Amino acid sequence: MTKANSTHAGLIDGDGAATYAGNQYLTFLLAGEEYGVEILRVQEIKGWESATPIPNTPSYVLGVLNLRGAVVPIIDLRKRFDMESVDYGPTTVIIVVKIRADETERTVGLVVDGVADVYRLEDETIQPPPNMGNDMKTESIRGLATVEEKMVILLEVDSLMNIDETGIDKNGANDSIVAGQETAVTETAIAS
Amino acid sequence: MSLDVDMQEIAQIFIEESLEGLDVMEAGLLNLDLGAADPETINEIFRAAHSIKGGGATFGFTEISDFAHVAETLLDEMRQNERDVTREAVDLLLASVDCIRDMIGQIGDGEIDVENANAVRGQLEALLANEAVTSATPDAAAAEQPSVESGPTEWHITFVPAPGILRSYNDPIRIIRELEGLGELSVECHNADSLALGEFDPEECLLAWELILVSDAEQAEIEDVFAWVRDECELSITAAGQATPEPATPSTEAPQTDAKMEQAPEQKSVPAARKPVAKQKTATAQESSSIRVNIDKVDALINQVGELVITQSMLSRFTSDFDFTQLDLLREGLSQLSRNTRELQESVMAIRMLPISFAFSRFPRLVRDTGNAIGKKVELQLTGENTELDKTVLEKIGDPLVHLVRNSLDHGLEDPEARVAAGKPETGVLQLNAYHEGGNIVIEVSDDGAGINTAKVLEKARARGLVGMDEQLPAERINNLIFMAGFSTADEVSDLSGRGVGMDVVRRNISDLGGTVSIKSEPGIGSTITIRLPLTLAILDGQLVRVGEQCYIVPLISIVETIQVTSDQVSQLAGHAELFKLRDTYLPVLRLHELFGVACDSKDITDGLLVVAEANGQRIGILVDDLLEQQQVVIKSLDANYKQVQGISGATILGDGTVALILDTQGLLQIFYSTNTKLGKTAVA
Repeated sequence: MTKANSTHAGLIDGDGAATYAGNQYLTFLLAGEEYGVEILRVQEIKGWESATPIPNTPSYVLGVLNLRGAVVPIIDLRKRFDMESVDYGPTTVIIVVKIRADETERTVGLVVDGVADVYRLEDETIQPPPNMGNDMKTESIRGLATVEEKMVILLEVDSLMNIDETGIDKNGANDSIVAGQETAVTETAIAS
Repeated sequence: MSLDVDMQEIAQIFIEESLEGLDVMEAGLLNLDLGAADPETINEIFRAAHSIKGGGATFGFTEISDFAHVAETLLDEMRQNERDVTREAVDLLLASVDCIRDMIGQIGDGEIDVENANAVRGQLEALLANEAVTSATPDAAAAEQPSVESGPTEWHITFVPAPGILRSYNDPIRIIRELEGLGELSVECHNADSLALGEFDPEECLLAWELILVSDAEQAEIEDVFAWVRDECELSITAAGQATPEPATPSTEAPQTDAKMEQAPEQKSVPAARKPVAKQKTATAQESSSIRVNIDKVDALINQVGELVITQSMLSRFTSDFDFTQLDLLREGLSQLSRNTRELQESVMAIRMLPISFAFSRFPRLVRDTGNAIGKKVELQLTGENTELDKTVLEKIGDPLVHLVRNSLDHGLEDPEARVAAGKPETGVLQLNAYHEGGNIVIEVSDDGAGINTAKVLEKARARGLVGMDEQLPAERINNLIFMAGFSTADEVSDLSGRGVGMDVVRRNISDLGGTVSIKSEPGIGSTITIRLPLTLAILDGQLVRVGEQCYIVPLISIVETIQVTSDQVSQLAGHAELFKLRDTYLPVLRLHELFGVACDSKDITDGLLVVAEANGQRIGILVDDLLEQQQVVIKSLDANYKQVQGISGATILGDGTVALILDTQGLLQIFYSTNTKLGKTAVA
């Protein structure tokens, strides 16, 4: 785990893929820590703009944005990781990533404090996430890497928007209907 | 070999045409009146069978052509009035249609399973041999049939190359040599009918050949030999004593006539059927990605694009030098542009529209077969078959409809005895009706059966804990219980229904399409299930409403009216539900800001506006702060990048680029129910 293994790479270097082994990661800041996502998953980085909120969804889903005709959900990563919220400032950006779940590819925007850098990391230099006990969920962490004596937390973007977790899914909704019809009969009987 | 690809394409055409032919046969057979059959209908069925046989032989699907031949023979006898049209025969022919359909379906898999076909074929042959068919015969007949497969076959080949064949570097001699490689070959050559030496062109091939090949080779192998010249010759390949009734031993005297007369109709029937027939593919097939469009629709589209181009060039004039005196012209141009856009949009939508007869066409057969199977007499009435709806909707509505029809047959209609006892005609009536209503298409499935047994439904619902023991429900709500998961009133599980998976799936499928389903039933008189679907899934007319800073869209179709309420119209129910009086009825008030947890201008109901909307047959009042404009919106699904959210049917992008959510009134009602439930529980506790 030394610097020799990690190469500091520029944002775009034309023949990089051919000459170096390993993958490139885009890193960003979140509450002072540096996090990284696989750069091939990043579609674009755009400035913060307010999203249209979606009702009855978890608080970390800020809403949806129009991204050139596509309706894209926006996730606040601080809220997603139960961190303290801060006001969005001039460095706040939305990193638009592609996530794959259930064989479909979705586009999701991640709100972060600011972008940091791009590193090239070889797979063997990435440590698995340490066991932090059952209470701490590490499923969205792919691993840890050290770059210039700093720790970079590499995220597993696919698990960032775990659909089951993000609120009422279809089945849940149906259950609530049944429950609703079962007990709300007095009201609805009058209503209808 | 690149030709294989072409062959496959052609074979694909054969498959599609045969399926169309089978539909024609099926429809014709179902229309046949027993005893007094319309000769034209029989002819039509016969022609369809004949085309399939011919096509099958041409493309080397001997299993199909052999089978079709037997069915064809039976039809021919009917056509010649040598045989009465009996129910037995019609049933058998319908079974043959299924067999052929199966075999065609297996073409893609490479191997055609003839076991089932042989059984049916045995019955057909038995019927042909004598009038009575006993169930014992098929095996014997089937056993005797496949004799064709064993041992070398004697193939009769008529090969008449086009005169220009030599110019495309094809030499008939080489082909014949290649055939020789397949087995024992005897060749007879005939020259053209008249050969005037003076006009003789040495570069033209005026010869024709009769070949007899004794070989183990499959027909396909022989056809492969001719693959390069197939477009440039008349070719027929038959196994002796198989498809041709008289083994065409080529008599040297009249070489062309016999064999050609026999084969010509087959050859011709294929191109004839290849023409785009007015009848189109059935929707029974899996979702096909191509669509056949009426040429008029395409022409209209081209005209409109032309107009659009003119408008565009008119508007682009203004970009170079514009002064305010031209403002009126600019306005005019813009309004023309909006008209063009709208027309274009309608035309593009129209391309996706197909008549619902595609979905209805399968029902005559289904009703007949199901009715026979469960011993009920049913008359099917179809109305509004030309009602058009979006292709995607059409494809997805098929299965729910089948389910509803089966349900009606199984649960709805009574046995003949019970019907007579109830003073109804012995034959039950099942109606399928489709019509447009506003921006919706309405499909009704109705029967004149026993109706829903509300007592039984309620009992079941109580047994399953869906309804409390002491609760009393209005009949309409009881009827809607059948749409809940795991619910079936059939006492016994049958092939058709009764497993309790069904109506809930039907409802889910329909609501996935943005539609609703409701049921009306009167005991002893019958039930009607009404499906309402949007005409298209892509665009809707919306009313923009504002709640605080948020902007939502309510589909215009679901809005009944919009009113401003006064405080005396509103009353509280048990402290937590609000009702307001609209003329003579009380409607629940859904406060959108509460349901969605967003800020609003004022919590006072009299400051806002109440949008009266209809959800699943029930009216509700949705409280909003303000009404904004109405506009057409393009529906974007939330599902694509996120997931479905209850109460929201989708999103759209407004003129200023922001996203607005489209409300789903039914979903809102469900959220409303569940929040009220929680409130009710806490109130009781």
